[in-house]
Amino acid sequence: MATFRVINPGLFTTVQDLGRLGYLKYGVPISGAMDTFSFIAANLLVANDPNDACLEITLIGPEMQVLAKTQIAITGGVASPKINGQNAQMWETLDVEEGDVISFGKIYGGCRSYLSVRGGINTPLLLGSRSAYVRGMFGGINGRQLKAGDMIEAFAKPVLKTRLSMPTELVPKFTNQFTAHVVLGPQDDMFTEKGVQTFFSNPYKVSFEADRMGYRLEGPVIEHKTKADIVSDALLPGAVQVPKNGQPILIMRDAQTTGGYPKIAVVISPDVSLLGQAKPNDIVEFSKITLKQAREKSCEYFKLLKNLRGMLVKSK
Amino acid sequence: MKAEVYKSARYLPFGDNALLVEFGDAISLEANSLVLALNEAILKADIAGVEELVPTYRSLLVRYNPLKTSYEQLVFCIKDIEETLDKATLEIDGKKITIPVAYGGDYGPDLSYVAECHGLSEEQVVKLHSRREYRVYMIGFVAGFPYLGEVPDEIATPRLETPRLKVPAGSVGIAEKQTGIYPCEAPGGWRIIGRTPIKLFNPLQQPPALIKSGDTVKFKSISKREFKIIENAVLKGEYPLLSKE
Repeated sequence: MATFRVINPGLFTTVQDLGRLGYLKYGVPISGAMDTFSFIAANLLVANDPNDACLEITLIGPEMQVLAKTQIAITGGVASPKINGQNAQMWETLDVEEGDVISFGKIYGGCRSYLSVRGGINTPLLLGSRSAYVRGMFGGINGRQLKAGDMIEAFAKPVLKTRLSMPTELVPKFTNQFTAHVVLGPQDDMFTEKGVQTFFSNPYKVSFEADRMGYRLEGPVIEHKTKADIVSDALLPGAVQVPKNGQPILIMRDAQTTGGYPKIAVVISPDVSLLGQAKPNDIVEFSKITLKQAREKSCEYFKLLKNLRGMLVKSK
Repeated sequence: MKAEVYKSARYLPFGDNALLVEFGDAISLEANSLVLALNEAILKADIAGVEELVPTYRSLLVRYNPLKTSYEQLVFCIKDIEETLDKATLEIDGKKITIPVAYGGDYGPDLSYVAECHGLSEEQVVKLHSRREYRVYMIGFVAGFPYLGEVPDEIATPRLETPRLKVPAGSVGIAEKQTGIYPCEAPGGWRIIGRTPIKLFNPLQQPPALIKSGDTVKFKSISKREFKIIENAVLKGEYPLLSKE
């Protein structure tokens, strides 16, 4: 039975989980939630599995009617959620009743919010994931973003007696400035020393060509030595490609799986998740770290994700 | 000119959770065979922490779990495997697939250009394109898109100056010495010479793509009538997709 009816879909709302792993060799991108941390938190706040499907809301949230009593949580970018017009809290378990209307203000402080529902959203499992890959036209709800009239179904699970919330110190604060830690390479040797220095010593602005596939960034030109193309090789989210015009492109989760531009550096996983909250006109600065530092930071981050459930507190 | 393969493979970091093993910097059968052989060998070795392998033209991407292994550990393990590859007798585990193609006309709007470009007749281009067996160097661009090589020099043709916004699903194109098949409608600049009624990608199937890296593809020229017949059979799930040999 359906749990929500979509009254207004918002700007770009899709069903996402942690993504499709293991299909890059067939040209299928990973997809999945852009901000992994906020996504997992949303699930844990309704005692779901971390990989259960949620709604990913982009900049302007949807309006939905609740068709059956359940519990939800809203995390990520500050979305000013409302239930029947009354302000609702983010980062905690919320009870909703049949007939309630969930709506949002504009997202500020970040770009994407997550709405989880107790039990997780039920859309077909395709190649191990429920994530919508809109460019490939599969996954989620009929391979597309939500539209008015869609019915969203959740798996049935008993209502939680204990409501949970995220301790304040763990709630990320998103501004319009991002620091992205990167490991140099794999093709940094195709850039001049000046080019590499330019990349690390200047802020880059997220352009309006920014979506789930990737962000085109604008800033001082990064100089190549000679060529600006390579024999196409594999891409992963976080890769920073620099085509001939010297303007970097940050690869995100729905990007094509191979590319022919040299990659000056790759953003580490925790910061790829953070950059899922970057929107047009935001500023990104790249900071070089060693492989050892990258490993430490990413291990710390993956451990945090693993332990997050135990760190939630009972709501007052 | 023979494309270059490095004397020894380069190991390159790719962020905090992947690395590249690069065998060359050009498109070559030799580099690609090394990539595919290493791909097989790593799969067989079942190394702890390795999550996914992505073979491409001349390098292999190894995605790993940084909680379970490290760059240094993996480079150590993979070098060991790489050095024992018998480079003289690389056996690629691939299947042979015949793809029926209706060349020219509405299905292949650039066939006449390719012919004109090389002073050939359209029939000659079709013959040259469908005579060879092509190696699947990699899958990329869009889900299920095979990069095949290499077409005879006589029909190698540069891309369109301005890419088309929409290339129909099934379109078969040429870009320089590469040839490929669009599994779904997508923007693209390859010279389209024909179309196949075969469905190359289906996310409901396992594996989702008909063709994988290391396979061999041969094109077979069919008439417009045969195209329609096969198209119907494909829709009903009655067309034998693989001609196993």
